[in-house]
Amino acid sequence: MKELCFDAVVIGGGAAGMAAALELEAAGRSAAVVEREDSLGGILGQCVHSGFGLIEFDEELTGPEFAERFEERMRGRPISALCGCTVLSIEAEGAEKVVTCASPAKGVSRLRAKAVVLAMGCRERNRGNIRIPGTRPAGVYTAGLAQRLVNIEGYVPGREIVVIGSGDIGLIMARRMSWIGCKVHAVVEILPYPSGLTRNIVQCLNDFGIPLYLSHLTTNIFGRRRVEGIEATPIENGGLVPEKAFRIPCDTVLLAVGLVPENELSREAGVSLNPMTNGPWVDSYLMTSVPGVFACGNVLHVHDLADYVVEESRRAGRFAAAWLGGARPERELRVKAGSNVRYVAPSRVEPGRDNKLYLRTMIVKNDAVLEVKLDGKVLRSTKRNHVQPSEMISISLGMTELEFAGPDAVVEISIL
Amino acid sequence: MPETFDVAIVGAGVCGANIARKLTSYRLDVALLEKEADVSFGVSKANSGIVHGGFHHAPKHLKARLEIQGAAMFDRLKAELGFPFVRCGIVVAALHEDEMRAVEQLYAQGIANGAIGIEMCSAERMRELEPKLSRDALGGLYAPGGGIVEPYRFVFSLVESAVKNGLRLFTGWEVESAARQGESWSIRSVDGRELRARFAVNCAGLFADRVSRAFGAEDFEIRGRKGEYYLLDRLTRAKPTRVIFPVPTSVSKGTLVVPTVEGTVLIGPTANEAEDKEDAATTREELDAVLRSARTMVPDISEADVITSFAGIRPTLGEDFYIDSSARAPALVQVAGIQSPGLTASPAIGEYVKDLLKRSGLVLVEKPEWDPYIERTPRAKELSPYELDELVTGDSAYGDIVCRCERVTEAEIVAAIRRGHTTLDGIKYFTRAQMGRCQGGFCTYKILKTLMRETGMGWNEITKRGEGSALLKGEL
Repeated sequence: MKELCFDAVVIGGGAAGMAAALELEAAGRSAAVVEREDSLGGILGQCVHSGFGLIEFDEELTGPEFAERFEERMRGRPISALCGCTVLSIEAEGAEKVVTCASPAKGVSRLRAKAVVLAMGCRERNRGNIRIPGTRPAGVYTAGLAQRLVNIEGYVPGREIVVIGSGDIGLIMARRMSWIGCKVHAVVEILPYPSGLTRNIVQCLNDFGIPLYLSHLTTNIFGRRRVEGIEATPIENGGLVPEKAFRIPCDTVLLAVGLVPENELSREAGVSLNPMTNGPWVDSYLMTSVPGVFACGNVLHVHDLADYVVEESRRAGRFAAAWLGGARPERELRVKAGSNVRYVAPSRVEPGRDNKLYLRTMIVKNDAVLEVKLDGKVLRSTKRNHVQPSEMISISLGMTELEFAGPDAVVEISIL
Repeated sequence: MPETFDVAIVGAGVCGANIARKLTSYRLDVALLEKEADVSFGVSKANSGIVHGGFHHAPKHLKARLEIQGAAMFDRLKAELGFPFVRCGIVVAALHEDEMRAVEQLYAQGIANGAIGIEMCSAERMRELEPKLSRDALGGLYAPGGGIVEPYRFVFSLVESAVKNGLRLFTGWEVESAARQGESWSIRSVDGRELRARFAVNCAGLFADRVSRAFGAEDFEIRGRKGEYYLLDRLTRAKPTRVIFPVPTSVSKGTLVVPTVEGTVLIGPTANEAEDKEDAATTREELDAVLRSARTMVPDISEADVITSFAGIRPTLGEDFYIDSSARAPALVQVAGIQSPGLTASPAIGEYVKDLLKRSGLVLVEKPEWDPYIERTPRAKELSPYELDELVTGDSAYGDIVCRCERVTEAEIVAAIRRGHTTLDGIKYFTRAQMGRCQGGFCTYKILKTLMRETGMGWNEITKRGEGSALLKGEL
């Protein structure tokens, strides 16, 4: 069994992994990126639509183009990209981490490192997770699998489509399926508001005349061998109205019912997870509960945009490099998700420097107020024109505001 | 002249597979006919996967005897065939005082049946045996010999063994009619194929009534009883160490909590008359009921752990199994109404049917070259990194992890395909790829590609489970 040594091993070669590895290398650290697919880029490779890069590159790119920019930066850099290589386990051996991985070309290898950056991304929730009853025919796909089949493999998974859930991949796939000549009959969403970005509702549904059924639960899937239809039941005043249930015939169901950070490896490595995000708890250095193990991108919490992913991942790479050089946060304050806030990542801030925080609200509201409190005292109150759960909020905090906070002070962020 | 066999077995479920394997240990030409695209695709694929403890049925029943005999045969079968099977033990939990009386009856029944090692348990003993059990359990029964098995892997390995010893397997072969031609049966399929057999065995599960009529034999009706299940993620906090049964009712053994051999947790089944024997749809109400009853025994069970749901349909006929030589048609053995504990009893059913055939005049001469063992496919998930590394050196496909959730390599997918499992479900049952928490979200396209490469099938020939279940509808 081969053994290789690095300062840091980055797990996952998507946008997050590449962004983190580039920073580690720029800081003079030896780094390896382990990627299970045969090439870098992660899920971006199948996202052939545009809308990427507006923040990062100030221009609109497709997913593959966005990934290509990072691959370009990786080329010529002394970063070991181990592609076609699946991580089997992450274990601590003393102060070192051992990442065991398998590939067809090299068999099983052990990578020794002082730091590990988790950048495995997320996976789609599936039918079982939302417990749609009915038959189990062919033709039920997650939207991401359908996207792979269409955009990379070149197959049409079905002709008459219903999308369940209004997550972004589902909206984008509704448009994609329309473009290749399929009929998208409906998007069915359980919540009273869409789960995807507003721009995707407009560009992917409205522009194609695809009906969006909000406040509708998918209560059945029909068809013995291949999907023949679904049943949608309206929800009124918090309850199902079975007498208003209706059937939508289709041969294919695409599920866009949310994403979950993929943390099976982290969990086995002893990393503690935040039940609100299903991602690791991280401190102001984006370091998990296991010293030397960092997390960034969608494995930490699910982001709206790849641009946010790389922003956060660059910071993770820099923090990991600083940590390898012996830097530690001088002191940290706990950050708490307050009223109407689902989570804040990271959950620690270091006073005296700029801390970037991402948070997600639980409500839909116009003219909302974002409030930051320190030990119950309002530090800052900012107006937000519109907030909704599908749109992540980012704030900067801490340069001077937290200077005089006591050691046990708690920062609480609320949306009011 | 159509091909002629000594015995034709109709139905490649767990009974057909056991009978076929038994018969191929003799100098016989045996055919196994299955209407679905793969074996074990009927009743045998969707059930609780329990090797029962021998106390659920009264001694007067044939099923009670076959259950005890069959259960005892599993260790040897596992040694020969390597399917996943563990004797983890079974507990029956009494949650109310009056249920303790029912448990006493089960105990007495088990002793009368000859169940080995069963014991009556106090509340304290129950908790020691099963820490996940509800604090409400007042006591119960423990059957240490009970266990769990992966039913489809069991059937796959039995059929593989039989094929290795000369069985001819015909999948996609649905019996339409049968007629006597001299001293043998002429059996015709719905698509116009024909074969001959001197003896026939009807173990067609839910459709044994139809097959019986096709042979001009007894007229009976198999009714379907639907059972719905939830499967929970292997990371659930609710994983017990033993199979937990409630106290049974007159119609069913109740909703169980099963720690599967592969580390997931199965809860179910319900028991409802199925109007339509082919309708395996699940319903919200029944699945909610599954959760509720399972939680009375294991309170830690959470719907957040659900990875999938499914329904199985059991073939019910009378109170007991119907296994006998037909009184109306010559040289035909009927194996019908094999509901629970059919899986447990199935190895004994193989022996029993062999004896019935012998009594009807089938000459059994043992085959000295009969090989009870089959080739094992190493499974990446069960190997240490060193062992896996060694395998990759010999076959690089062992280094390609196709299914990340269940850690299945491409080599295992190829092994499944080369054994004839060429549908997505067949590959799933053989390898477990698509069976984990992502339910195929990541690996389906990889399996599609491997399947096309290995078999030369076109995209339009790939199905989930045979005809009518095409996966793809076009090419760009």
